[in-house]
Amino acid sequence: MSNGGVLIEAQGIGKRFGGVQALGGVDFNILAGEIYGLIGPNGAGKTTLFNVLTGIYAPDAGRFSFRGRDITGLKSHEVAAAGIARTFQNIRLFANLSALENVMIGRHVRTRAGVIGAVLRDRGTLAEEAAIQARAIELLEYVGIASRANDASGSLPYGDQRRLEIARALATDPKLLALDEPAAGMNASETVALRKLLERIRDDGTTILLIEHDMKLVMKVCDRVLVLDYGERIAEGAPADVQKDPKVIEAYLGAPA
Amino acid sequence: MALIGIVLVALPFALSQAGTAWVRITNLAILFTLLALGLNIVVGFAGLLDLGYVAFYAVGAYAYALLASPHFGLHLPFWVILPIGAAVAALFGVLLGAPTLKLRGDYLAIVTLGFGEIVRIFLNNLARPVNITNGPQGITGIDPFSISGVSFAKTDTFMGAMISGPMKYYWFLLVVLVAVIAINLRLQNSRIGRAWEAVREDETAARAMGIDTTQIKLLAFAMGASFGGIAGGLFAAIQGFISPESFVLVESIMVVAMVVLGGMGNIWGVILGALLLSFVPEILRYTVEPLQKAVFGRMIVEPEVLRMLIFGFALVLVMLFRPAGLLPSAVRKRELAERKA
Ligand SMILES: Nc1ncnc2c1ncn2[C@@H]1O[C@H](COP(=O)(O)OP(=O)(O)OP(=O)(O)O)[C@@H](O)[C@H]1O
Ligand SMILES: [Mg+2]
Repeated sequence: MSNGGVLIEAQGIGKRFGGVQALGGVDFNILAGEIYGLIGPNGAGKTTLFNVLTGIYAPDAGRFSFRGRDITGLKSHEVAAAGIARTFQNIRLFANLSALENVMIGRHVRTRAGVIGAVLRDRGTLAEEAAIQARAIELLEYVGIASRANDASGSLPYGDQRRLEIARALATDPKLLALDEPAAGMNASETVALRKLLERIRDDGTTILLIEHDMKLVMKVCDRVLVLDYGERIAEGAPADVQKDPKVIEAYLGAPA
Repeated sequence: MALIGIVLVALPFALSQAGTAWVRITNLAILFTLLALGLNIVVGFAGLLDLGYVAFYAVGAYAYALLASPHFGLHLPFWVILPIGAAVAALFGVLLGAPTLKLRGDYLAIVTLGFGEIVRIFLNNLARPVNITNGPQGITGIDPFSISGVSFAKTDTFMGAMISGPMKYYWFLLVVLVAVIAINLRLQNSRIGRAWEAVREDETAARAMGIDTTQIKLLAFAMGASFGGIAGGLFAAIQGFISPESFVLVESIMVVAMVVLGGMGNIWGVILGALLLSFVPEILRYTVEPLQKAVFGRMIVEPEVLRMLIFGFALVLVMLFRPAGLLPSAVRKRELAERKA
């Protein structure tokens, strides 16, 4: 599915929390246009990798090069501006704001209006504001929750909250969409719908980095998969091959070597 | 709308029937409403608890007093000083905001509380070696507003009607209030307002969505402070005298109480809270004594004591039964254009 070029290149990413080596020098490349899976047992370091990639923590070692540009150590909002958007394992919506406003906030980084524009409401600001809202509605439709636009996001059912987080991330016009366990808490039919959504996002040109525990989903949707265990890369490749890898089976089953 | 406008414009004539004191009380109530609206930007929109807000009020008031009084012999016109006061207050807002960017909740509250006290202590002590603020004595003889020779301190007759100084200030304050309300409503419903709310709801997620939270928080501090600065300038002109005593912690607490009681983040709620907390104590002041005389034939409880008792009790009740404020801020609904998927 990928169209060839390397979108992001990670080299020797390391991160330590006190005595825990959460990431021990991880290398990988994500190709533009693919869905790249990131799996591994609990505590393997998957979320930590997201956090250092998106500027929540600075990595202790290694570098990220995104679209040919070194983005290591950028602040979170700069990473978003560079074109990487994410969702959170423990959903982090703006709970008291409506679903629509959550997505509109996602447009912040691609729009300009400041205090003067807000107060004067000149033509340019009004046009921008209308465009923000139109795009936000479009994205709610895209993920299939447009009917909930005016509801407080915190009051939505779990699955809809996950979709809303995806819509909000898409609103930043990302080149790479990083999803941390989007299927967590979803039932089987919701997961199928999510899979279709992910394929559609990829087909529409956004590369996806996917952390997921639902192996059925990973096997079906991912073009390639990276497996982490105790912060180390233990396998990478096509889902079917990775699944058969003895090291991966051992990591998941915890069998002694 | 037009009707409300007419009533508001005509209000001082009715109030002055009850005594000029009521026009003054109303003016003070409007000043506090301005303060509450300014603080609401910081506390209500951006979710940053600021217990030292009165510092910006003080900065605006002293900026006005120093530039329009015999103290330095400067007598700049008010329309020059008010923007200066707003700008200086905004600068102080950034001064407070910058070192506290990483703090939240109770920690931030403590630091801002300290900041308010520091400003007051400076005002008290900047009389030596160079006399800048005149210390605890404060600054007297502050120029009143005057527009093309018409002083706001004097009573004029206009078409047979007595127009007192406080009435002139009332109309001026009304114009400022309407402007500040409009600015607040527009800000809330804008890209900037949404960014503030995002920071309030979840700072990490806000950052991940590309919001420069440092910048947006400093902007909230600066904007909120500038409104405080303008209110301070108006206060100095209306009173004609200011001293550090006007800017104590209790004033900050009062403004926070207005915001919280009315409904954090809801502009109309905040206005309601400010008006209630300004007027109710005054009304009690004028009714507690006659009421006791009428019922018991003599004074049983000191009016001041009873007033504060009722006041505190009312606050506790409201917070028990309406913890989100009298007019809680609701999820904003938007008119969605009819669309077919
Ligand atoms: N902020 C932190 N402070 C201290 N330790 C942390 C922190 N974040 C993660 N860790 C530790 O780093 C290791 C990796 O955690 P991480 O959350 O990245 O795992 P994960 O692969 O996402 O697991 P899961 O599948 O359970 O979400 C764990 O041992 C965890 O306890
Ligand atoms: Mg995780």
